[in-house]
Amino acid sequence: MSRSWTWLPVPDLRFGTTAPTGAEVAAVDAVVAGVGPATLVVGERLVLGGRHRAAARRNLLLPALHALQRAVGWISPGGLDHVCRVLEVPPAEAYGVSTFYHLFSHSEPVADSTVHVCDDIACRGVGAMGLIEDLRGAGHHVRPSPCLGQCERGPAALVQRTGVDDLSVAPAPVADVEAAIGSSSSSAAVVLPQAGSGNLHLLARVGVVDPGCLDDYRANGGYSALEAALAMGPGGVVRELTASGLSGRGGAAFPTGVKWQAVADQVGRPKHVVCNADESEPGTFKDRTLMEGDPFAIVEAMTIAGLTVGAEQGWIYVRGEYPVAAARLTAAIDAARGAGLLGDDVAASGHRFDIQLRRGAGAYICGEETALFNSIEGYRGEPRNKPPFPTTHGLFGEPTVINNVETLVNVLSIARDGGGAYAALGTERSPGTRLFCVSGRVWAPGTYEHEFGVTLGDVIEKAGGLVDGSELRAVLLGGAAGSFVGPDQMDLPLTLEATREAGLSLGSGVVMVFDQNDDIVDTVRRIAEFFRDESCGQCVPCRVGTVRQEEVLVRLDRGGSFPDERDLLDDLGSVMRDSSICGLGQTASGAVRSAIDLGLLGGVS
Amino acid sequence: MWVVDPRRTTSARFADMWLGLNVGTDIALANGVAREIIHADLVNVEFVENATVGYEDFASHVEPWTLDRTAEVTGVPAEAIRDLARGYAGAATAQLMWTLGITEHHTAVDNVLALCNLALLTGHVGRWGSGLVPLRGQNNVQGGGDMGALPNKLPGFQDVADDDVRARFEGEWGTTIPPEPGWHLTQMFEAMGRGDLRAVWVIGENPADSEADVNHAREMLGRLDHLVVQDVFMTRTAEMADVVLPAALGWAESDGTVTSSERRVQRTRAAVRPPGEARQEIDVIADVAERMGSAWGRPTAEELWDELRSVSPMHGGMSWQRLEDVGGIQWPCPDEGHPGTPFLHGRLWERPIGGRRAPFSCVDDHPPVDQLTDEFPLRLTTGRVLDSYNTGVQSGKFNSPIRSGDALELSADDAGSLGLARGDRVMVSSRRGSIEMTVAVDPDLPVGLAFTTFHFPESADVNQLTSDAWDTRSGTSEFKAAAIRVEKLDVAAGA
Amino acid sequence: MGEPRPLVQLTIDGNVVKVPEGLTILDACRREDIDTPTLCWASNLTPVNVCRVCVVEVEGSRVLVPSCSRLVEPGMVVSTDSERVRTSRKMVYELLASSVEMDRADTSVHAWMEHYGVRPERMGDRDEIATVAQPPKVQDDLYVRDYERCILCYKCVEACGDDAQHTYAIATAGRGFDAHISTESDVALPDSACVYCGNCIGVCPTGALVFRAEFDMRADGTWDEDSQQVTTTVCAFCGVGCNLELHVQDNSIVKVTSPVDHSVTSGHLCIKGRFGWQHAQS
Ligand SMILES: Cc1cc2nc3c(=O)[nH]c(=O)nc-3n(C[C@H](O)[C@H](O)[C@H](O)COP(=O)(O)O)c2cc1C
Ligand code: SF4
Ligand code: SF4
Ligand code: SF4
Ligand code: FES
Ligand code: FES
Repeated sequence: MSRSWTWLPVPDLRFGTTAPTGAEVAAVDAVVAGVGPATLVVGERLVLGGRHRAAARRNLLLPALHALQRAVGWISPGGLDHVCRVLEVPPAEAYGVSTFYHLFSHSEPVADSTVHVCDDIACRGVGAMGLIEDLRGAGHHVRPSPCLGQCERGPAALVQRTGVDDLSVAPAPVADVEAAIGSSSSSAAVVLPQAGSGNLHLLARVGVVDPGCLDDYRANGGYSALEAALAMGPGGVVRELTASGLSGRGGAAFPTGVKWQAVADQVGRPKHVVCNADESEPGTFKDRTLMEGDPFAIVEAMTIAGLTVGAEQGWIYVRGEYPVAAARLTAAIDAARGAGLLGDDVAASGHRFDIQLRRGAGAYICGEETALFNSIEGYRGEPRNKPPFPTTHGLFGEPTVINNVETLVNVLSIARDGGGAYAALGTERSPGTRLFCVSGRVWAPGTYEHEFGVTLGDVIEKAGGLVDGSELRAVLLGGAAGSFVGPDQMDLPLTLEATREAGLSLGSGVVMVFDQNDDIVDTVRRIAEFFRDESCGQCVPCRVGTVRQEEVLVRLDRGGSFPDERDLLDDLGSVMRDSSICGLGQTASGAVRSAIDLGLLGGVS
Repeated sequence: MWVVDPRRTTSARFADMWLGLNVGTDIALANGVAREIIHADLVNVEFVENATVGYEDFASHVEPWTLDRTAEVTGVPAEAIRDLARGYAGAATAQLMWTLGITEHHTAVDNVLALCNLALLTGHVGRWGSGLVPLRGQNNVQGGGDMGALPNKLPGFQDVADDDVRARFEGEWGTTIPPEPGWHLTQMFEAMGRGDLRAVWVIGENPADSEADVNHAREMLGRLDHLVVQDVFMTRTAEMADVVLPAALGWAESDGTVTSSERRVQRTRAAVRPPGEARQEIDVIADVAERMGSAWGRPTAEELWDELRSVSPMHGGMSWQRLEDVGGIQWPCPDEGHPGTPFLHGRLWERPIGGRRAPFSCVDDHPPVDQLTDEFPLRLTTGRVLDSYNTGVQSGKFNSPIRSGDALELSADDAGSLGLARGDRVMVSSRRGSIEMTVAVDPDLPVGLAFTTFHFPESADVNQLTSDAWDTRSGTSEFKAAAIRVEKLDVAAGA
Repeated sequence: MGEPRPLVQLTIDGNVVKVPEGLTILDACRREDIDTPTLCWASNLTPVNVCRVCVVEVEGSRVLVPSCSRLVEPGMVVSTDSERVRTSRKMVYELLASSVEMDRADTSVHAWMEHYGVRPERMGDRDEIATVAQPPKVQDDLYVRDYERCILCYKCVEACGDDAQHTYAIATAGRGFDAHISTESDVALPDSACVYCGNCIGVCPTGALVFRAEFDMRADGTWDEDSQQVTTTVCAFCGVGCNLELHVQDNSIVKVTSPVDHSVTSGHLCIKGRFGWQHAQS
């Protein structure tokens, strides 16, 4: 046995022989254009290379894979090999990274475009399964997808095409999908049910300003927060933030002031600010609303974060299925840099801060903060064990502030109007307002901003109440990682403390309404399938536990007996909750558990 | 990490910077680096004053080695030499590691001395994390030397010319020891040529394949009156022998010790019974001694070891039991309470210095003996690959999936100008011989350089080509620098 | 070397213990003679803490913590045998044993499975539930990758990568239950970057990576571990001084391993040491 392609007896990194195509080479080379390849042949007698240069470029792996996928419609062995040579990444590792993401394909494309159709819990109720049939019938290459973050206007689709940018279409009847492909344009701007209401803080500019226009943003109060932050200095910002009582909106509700203080306290190492815009929790679309409607707000808020904690580099990680948000943010970053609001001397403050945008590629788990770091760094999006925490060991192992999009946008009014004014809203222990992603059987699904303390019934009411003929069966609160609640909970005040007391969580603000006609067992099974598909596979409780949980629910869906499975479901729940590495596994049984408690599965026994 | 090597090797791929110097210009580079360190004011003055002699002479000796001149001789850009010099001198700790690329030259000893100069200049020696590290290519090269298998040493690196030392050994062994050093391998071949050496007992070595200019070596062995080979294999040398003494395998069939590169003495143990007539080497030697009239009895490995401990102070503290218990001890280990010595030359840091000051050496660059001419325009250098070992008698026995056979690797340019592609068969000739080989192209090789391994003498008898030049002090041949010519053969490789 | 490390006081299973700072809970448990199962941990590898079989309960922590990687902290109160711990450990074994062939796993694994009363069959009929069943990959004469025995402990990946070999020939590919150890684009091992050091075989706890000689002898029914003798010696090739453990059956070497507790290479070897012993047999 001998290798057909041996030209060096033992290089440490052995690359393949399949040659990349010209398009692949051009796409990859464009990604490294600014920094050059990891191995730099200065001359016949001098080569710069080694692990430091390779390490400094590893974070270009994900962009390079995106470039390949876009250029030729798949990650071919030759293309992948070229990436590995240019970045000096071991081919096996690059393959491991590439196959982690669902938006990268590893077989030759069968069509010019792939239509990813959401068959997740909201879209199933509004015709997603039929749409998949119809699109296939019309000759399209279709792949079912988890929630695409367009639940208020499903069924949703994402079109991936060779050589051009992706499109998002929702709602997506066949005609609209084809029209979108024909005109290369994504669905129109966000529809905001509350638009024009005077009480908005977070959503005030959405639907009002031109998201592509920095001047318009400034004319509507933009960059006054940065001005205020510069005036009060880092200490002042942290003080106001702490006084505001702001807590994270990404799910874990950690006090933001404490986080920023901890990073500001770190000295002597480079630091980072990361905006978590991976929004992939089924039922969640609020961050998309902000990014598409008010992208400069995120850039401004990140800039304040950078100057406050002393970080010079910011990163926005946008989920791969949000092409519109990514494009608008990219434009906003460029405009801000052009206006001197990012770069070596931010707003003439003498401080440096800049932002790089990274696109995810179809992996819910990359929203988990440490998985997100790994993903940016060019590794598999596997969560890290904590401790240590991001405030000391974050991106590239360096101190990092990571915040959700909505959390960051809150910072603007706090910097501008003070923490006290902010804390006057909401309740004492849950100050301020927050966004809710209302979907399902209500008249006007969409992103809503309410003060903390609003009741669940109010939230549904303000979305127009239930559609005609609907009878409330259950509400999924907090997303797939949250819980079902019954009609008896309509008076539940939506605050951190009240939900916690009830054993619930607001999570990412999902309020998804189900009625008597919805197939809840199927919904619960789809949630179980979601966790099975989205588990990173690293730890045993979650990798195998989510599979076994789904198998139980499939058996129940097919008419199995619930009492027979109860012990197993309990034990699966215990091991996943207690012993998984990250929040995905720890919460993967929550919705199932709540459905059991509400008797939603009991009917099938 | 910097890698200095004519070839861009595996290690070079890990390096921040690879400097592809011309074969045989190591001293030029070292002198150039030394001058740059001096001019950049990065000399460790305190160390130099405390622990060395000859700095002034050395400084003026290297003064002509400007970056530009060094660059011209070595072929490496001046900037890179400057970076290397400053990086090495400026590091908190730094090691110089080398293998046979330094020692398989006719200037072997000078090459090493040139590197020692750098360590002395910067104080990168005698401290944890710093030092001079010759990596041994074989599992017991170090041990062989330690046991006195050198022409000028007795066991424990004790000088044979030293009267006191000899007196002690003579007392212990009850015999007289000649004070003159013996011959090393290259000298032995010369003595065979002169007819002064007529009978040879080869133990565990395959010079009929492994010697440089192997045609010459085979001829010399053929001329002997009597050749005895003691080996575990029927090697090419054994095939030439009058008497073959089959031996047990050291590492799997016998008890004993070996000493690794880092001076660590470790136990080998018999795990399987030797096949057929193969016998323990101690027994073979003791039997020969007996027939020659000296009754040594049948010492066990442990008894022999204890005898060594009694005459070699640096092994004194390594009892068999301790070696068993701790798994290996680094010499010197003078007594049983001593933990062994992880690094040497710590004395250079004592104030005042413990013992003799270390001298700088003024050494000069001499190009390889086998010169490039129009007739032999390419430089051939040889080396090993991972899954094979020397002449392949041990490593050829397993079916390695990564084995590719010996091929002549050429730079892309040279292959192009010779009209050669991978797989072509060529005739490779040096001033000493010609062999057929298959071509491979290594795009990283500099123009003018060719490389091959020497693991498969059956299919490519590479040492027919290698140079007969050697270093008079170490006795090492210049395997690393032969001048060759490559001519295309008509038949393509057996596809 | 250096200063003695300060001691940390904590409580394990009701006993107050003092151990040096920087130890893991697992280290502390071992000092107290509290047996703790592990699968993905090894003394010569960086903890990846993925198997979760070593979890313990720490007061104040919402979830159980992996003892193999969590460092001791002053005042920690640790339980290693609470109901939650027992359930989790048992479940980890049940989840694994229901999806992977565990028959050739280290004997300690079987002892622990018995200890926790593991019943993988309650996960459902083997034919109806997801497993990693697949044919072994026999691609060369040196070793076999029998991935239906793979528990995805990442040890081989670590041994091939930063923890020993720095060759990076194998990595985890795919995601979730489909995650598996793979070469680039799943090419056959001889076409990959593998340099056949066999360090991955040395660390594999379940027999998924197995020497070809052993694989063939098992297939022939001649593999007899009980009759084998193990002798430690030194590799005959280069000057590093790696120690070899020769496993001998009927006066023939049948496999070579290296002692993990040996300071020279902590159990790792290269192709010559690992596979170059055939010349002793010829
Ligand atoms: C499986 C999983 C997915 C997550 N996805 C997101 C996400 O898409 N967006 C987000 O902001 N936070 C997400 N998080 C929470 C983050 O880990 C982290 O807590 C958050 O980004 C911190 O920002 P915050 O303090 O502003 O909420 C996720 C957590 C888990 C466990
Ligand atoms: S809990 Fe699931 S997603 Fe999280 S690390 Fe474990 S396997 Fe990965
Ligand atoms: S044998 Fe060595 S190089 Fe090959 S996969 Fe295993 S650890 Fe990696
Ligand atoms: S092959 Fe072995 S070492 Fe590698 S992950 Fe699987 S079980 Fe672990
Ligand atoms: S977009 Fe379909 S469920 Fe969210
Ligand atoms: S041994 Fe601790 S998690 Fe595997």
